[in-house]
Amino acid sequence: MAIHLTKESKVLVQGMTGDQGLRHTRRMLAAGTNIVGGVNPRKAGQSVDFTGQDVPVFGSVADGMRATGADATVVFVPPAFAKGAVVEAADAGIPLAVVITEGIPVHDTVAFTAHARRTGSRVIGPNCPGLITPGQSNAGIIPADITRPGPIGLVSKSGTLTYQLMYELRDIGFSTCVGIGGDPVVGTSHIDCLAAFQDDPDTELIVLIGEIGGDAEERAAAYIHDHVTKPVVGYIAGFTAPEGRTMGHAGAIVSGSAGTARAKQEALETSGVRVGRTPTETARLVEETLRPG
Amino acid sequence: MDLYEHQARQLFEEHGIPVPRAEVTDSAKEARDIARRLGGRAMVKAQVKTGGRGKAGGVRLAADPAAAELTARQILGMDIKGHQVGSVMLAEPVDVAEEFYVSYVLDRGAGGFLVIASAQGDMEIEEVAATRPEAVARIPVDRAEGVSSAKAGEIASAAGLPPQSVDVLLRLWQVMVREDALLVEGNPLVRTAQGRILALDGKVTLDDNARFRQARWGERDEPYQDPLEAAAAERGLTHVRLDGEVGIIRNGAGLVMSTLDVVAGCGARPANFLDIGGGASAQVMADGLTVILSDPAVRSVFVNVFGGITACDAVAEGIVAAVDTVRLTKPLVVRLDGNNAERGRAILGERAHPLVEQATTMDGAACRAAELAHTA
Repeated sequence: MAIHLTKESKVLVQGMTGDQGLRHTRRMLAAGTNIVGGVNPRKAGQSVDFTGQDVPVFGSVADGMRATGADATVVFVPPAFAKGAVVEAADAGIPLAVVITEGIPVHDTVAFTAHARRTGSRVIGPNCPGLITPGQSNAGIIPADITRPGPIGLVSKSGTLTYQLMYELRDIGFSTCVGIGGDPVVGTSHIDCLAAFQDDPDTELIVLIGEIGGDAEERAAAYIHDHVTKPVVGYIAGFTAPEGRTMGHAGAIVSGSAGTARAKQEALETSGVRVGRTPTETARLVEETLRPG
Repeated sequence: MDLYEHQARQLFEEHGIPVPRAEVTDSAKEARDIARRLGGRAMVKAQVKTGGRGKAGGVRLAADPAAAELTARQILGMDIKGHQVGSVMLAEPVDVAEEFYVSYVLDRGAGGFLVIASAQGDMEIEEVAATRPEAVARIPVDRAEGVSSAKAGEIASAAGLPPQSVDVLLRLWQVMVREDALLVEGNPLVRTAQGRILALDGKVTLDDNARFRQARWGERDEPYQDPLEAAAAERGLTHVRLDGEVGIIRNGAGLVMSTLDVVAGCGARPANFLDIGGGASAQVMADGLTVILSDPAVRSVFVNVFGGITACDAVAEGIVAAVDTVRLTKPLVVRLDGNNAERGRAILGERAHPLVEQATTMDGAACRAAELAHTA
C-alpha cells in the first residue's frame, strides 16, 4: 500500500532534460520508479536514452498524461519557471506533483499551492527531497539504497535528517518516507502525512521529524492527540540553534507559538509521542516501540 | 532580508504611502544640517534591525539642530540587543492624534497571507492580542484576489480604523506583492492632529528567494562584518559564527541543527558551522577546513558527513586531499555514515594523519570532539 506513491505510480519528470533532471531521473529509474516521460515544450517528440531505456519527452503535462496515463510528476524546473510548471500540471489534473526545486519565491508557492488545492492535485514540497516507497518507487532525490521496505512511515521537513533516520533504521525498514520540504509554505503538511499513515495498513509506526520555526509540529501534536492511534516517535532539531530572524511583531501573533524546539518537544510529549534527543536515540526509541523487550 | 526603517520608509514613499519627511546619516555633524532642513526639531532614530529601540534610548526627540547633533553622537555606535548602531534617521516630529497597527504577513500554517489590524496602536500589539483579542482583526487575504477597495474597507471597519486609512491599506498590500515581501508592517500608522494618515514607522521583510526578479535589491546588500563569513562567501560556502570552541563542518542543510544539539549534549559549545553543501569535493573540503581552522576560537573540528547522493568514499578522498593541502593545526574528528561508509573509513584509516580521528556514530564523534576541545 504505502502512501501517495507505489510501484503502480506512473511518473513524469518536468525539467528532465536539465542537469539535475537527467541525473536524478537516472537514479529514480535505478530505484525502480516507473518513469513514463519527461516534459519540455522545446524538446517535444524527442526521447532520452537512459542506458538502454528510452524515455519520451512530451510538450506538456497534459500530452504526457494522455499518452501514458501518468498520475504523478516530479518538478526540477528552475525557480523562475516553477510556478508555471506546477500550475500546468494541476490544470492537466495530475493527482500528485512533487516539487524538488529550491529557491522558489514564497508568493509563487502560495499561488501554486492554492491553485492545486482548487484543482484537487496534491503538491509535495517545494524545496524537498521528494518521497520514496522503498522497493517500489522513488519520486525525487532521496538516496534509494540506504534502507529497505518495512513498517515505519516517516515524515520530515529536512532531507539529510530523513536520510540519517532511514539509514539508522534500515534493518526495520520503511513503508514510505516523505520529505515535505523546509520552506515556510509547503503543499503537504506533517498532518496530511500523519492522516495518510494512520490509514495505511502497511504502516505500524510513524516517525515525525521537525525543526525550529513556525508551529507545524505543535499542530501535528494536537492532531496526533485527536486522531492518531498508531505509535509516533518524534525528533526535533534546533535546541541550540542561534536565534533566527524574527518576523516583526506579527510572527508570534499568527502562530501563537514561540516555535522553539522545547515548545515543540513538550507539545509532542503531551500527545504521548516519545521524542528522541538525538537521531540515534530516536532510532532506539523506534526499535523499543516496535520490538519491546 | 529585513529592511532598515529608513529603507522601509523609502519603499512606502515610492508606493504613495504618506510618511514623515526624513533623512538618514552616519554622521552626527550631518544630523545637525538635516535637523535644520526639517525645520529645527527632529526625532533622532537609531537604525538597527531589532525591536525595542525606544526602551534602549535609541529614539529621542531633539529640540533644535545642535541638540540633534549631540543626540546623534550619543546614539551612533550604541549597542542595542547586540546590534551596533551605524546610522540614524532624522524625521520631522508628528502631532499624533491616534495610533493604529497594520501588518500584512505570511501565515505559514494556512499557506497564505493575512492582514492583522488594530485601533490599539499605542500598545504593544502582542499584548493587545493576548489580553484583548477582540481588538485585533485578523483577516485572510487571497493572493489571487488581492486587496480591493471593498476588502480594504472591510479590514478598516473590522479593526476600527478611520475610513481615510483605506487608501494606505491598499498601498501597503501593493508593497507586499510588487516587492515580494513576507511582512509589511505599519507600526504605528497614525492619524495626525490635522487628519492625515501617516506611516510613522515600518518594518518590511523581503523574500530572498525573489532576488532573481528584484533587480534593485543588490543596492541594499551590506558588506560582511565578519572576515570569516566573507572568506566563506568568497568560496561559495555558508559560515555562521557562534561563541563556543568546536568547529563544525557538515554536508547538506538538515543535519546542521541536529549536529549543534548533539555537540551541546556532550557539554561543548559549537564555535561555528560551515555548510559545504551536498557535493563535498576535495576542493570544497579544503576550502572549508581553511576557513574553519583560521578561526582562533576553534579548538577541535567535527566533520559530520552523511553519504547519500555523494557516497562516503568520495567524501573521504576529499578529506585526505584537503589535509594534505591545508596545514592541519587542530584535531579533526570525522564521522562518515551512509553509502560506502566502510570504504570511506578505510581511505581515511590508510592516510593515518595523526590529528585525524574517526568515530562511527554521530553521538560518539560529537563527544570525542568536545573532549578534544577541552584538552587540546
